[in-house]
Amino acid sequence: MYAQMVKSENTDNGPELDAFQVRIDAGEKIEPKDWMPAGYRKTLIRQISQHAHSEIVGQLPEGNWITRAPTLERKAILLAKVQDEAGHGLYLYCAAETLGVSRDELTEMLLDGRMKYSSIFNYPTLTWADIGAIGWLVDGAAIMNQVPLQRTSYGPYARAMVRICKEESFHQRQGYDIMMKMAQGSDAQKRMAQDALNRYWYPSLMMFGPSDKESVHSAQSMKWRIKINSNDELRQKFVDQTVPQAEYLGLTVPDDNLRLNPETGHYEFSEPDWSEFFEVLNGNGPCNKERLEARNKAWDDGQWVRDGMMAHARKKAARAAASQVAAE
Amino acid sequence: MSDQNTSPRTEWPLWEIFIRGQHGMSHRHVGSLHAPDAEMAIKNARDVYTRRNEGVSIWVVEAEKITASSPSDKGPMYEPSQSKVYRHPTFFDIPDDVGAM
Repeated sequence: MYAQMVKSENTDNGPELDAFQVRIDAGEKIEPKDWMPAGYRKTLIRQISQHAHSEIVGQLPEGNWITRAPTLERKAILLAKVQDEAGHGLYLYCAAETLGVSRDELTEMLLDGRMKYSSIFNYPTLTWADIGAIGWLVDGAAIMNQVPLQRTSYGPYARAMVRICKEESFHQRQGYDIMMKMAQGSDAQKRMAQDALNRYWYPSLMMFGPSDKESVHSAQSMKWRIKINSNDELRQKFVDQTVPQAEYLGLTVPDDNLRLNPETGHYEFSEPDWSEFFEVLNGNGPCNKERLEARNKAWDDGQWVRDGMMAHARKKAARAAASQVAAE
Repeated sequence: MSDQNTSPRTEWPLWEIFIRGQHGMSHRHVGSLHAPDAEMAIKNARDVYTRRNEGVSIWVVEAEKITASSPSDKGPMYEPSQSKVYRHPTFFDIPDDVGAM
């Protein structure tokens, strides 16, 4: 997902931990100043920041097409979407900060590679149809995960998710709208749409992370209600929802083993190539280097702006204080 | 503290953002953001929290200026109001015949 392979930590035990678990089981929200196990705090910082970083890095593949969107309307829509991604990153960073980590620390951990972002944003956007495929598939997969997270146990995280989910539905629909246009267009456009689906299908399935049926981390995170469904559950739900949407477009999901099991009512499908997933996660995907370089450049080039604005604010505050003294 | 800033990494202060959703409603806390001063905090709040007509008015407060009650006080702080059930109108039985009251 946007937060993949998040390692959970279990460090505390004792009566406080038991009382904490009782609150979680009762569906109570944990708020920033409440007691929480160190492991809960650490795992959440990791998970929320990874999600925030994904929103921020996720602007890059789409930003690539802002100047080349086919119409002015499409350009305005894409701009609004990319602006939303920045907003989602900010909602999440502010939720992470309530756990006692600073924004600059989080940014630096992204920039020097200590913290990860979703594998999906290390794939290139080669054609306009990729922008459609990202909205439809990538945002579609994100929604699968984010809707249940609105009920997560940590208050600020849950509230950020509510805002994000409201906006995410626009993202998916705008993507599908692009795909419909392409799929109903010329032969070349149809081929482009099919090609985008071919390239983004398996990376989208990877977004949910490898099977976690027996993962201890997942079990702990689920107990704490910072993970609500298993990776496989969400992946299945995504496939079940997406295959009919592909059929409507007249496109073919690139999987020869795909079939609807009439008994279960679910689709059977091929697993993605997990060795590719781990390669991408370890920094060896098609665009990892480019993405991190772009983020580092933006951060470094913006340093003088951040410093300048802070200096200006201090000067203004000092002047206001001085004139107040003079008036007294 | 000297004005010479040896560490260039100075994080902008954190601001808590409150938005009035529509006329007649109170301002409600929506989240926080970083900004060098109050004026910029309002501008940033507009971009981050009102992209879809969510508000008609914004308040920004520097986070460190907020004093909050402590969660461990929850019991002693609010217990007195819990034990005074007669403060609620439902405490009193009024016969139906009396009509709306």
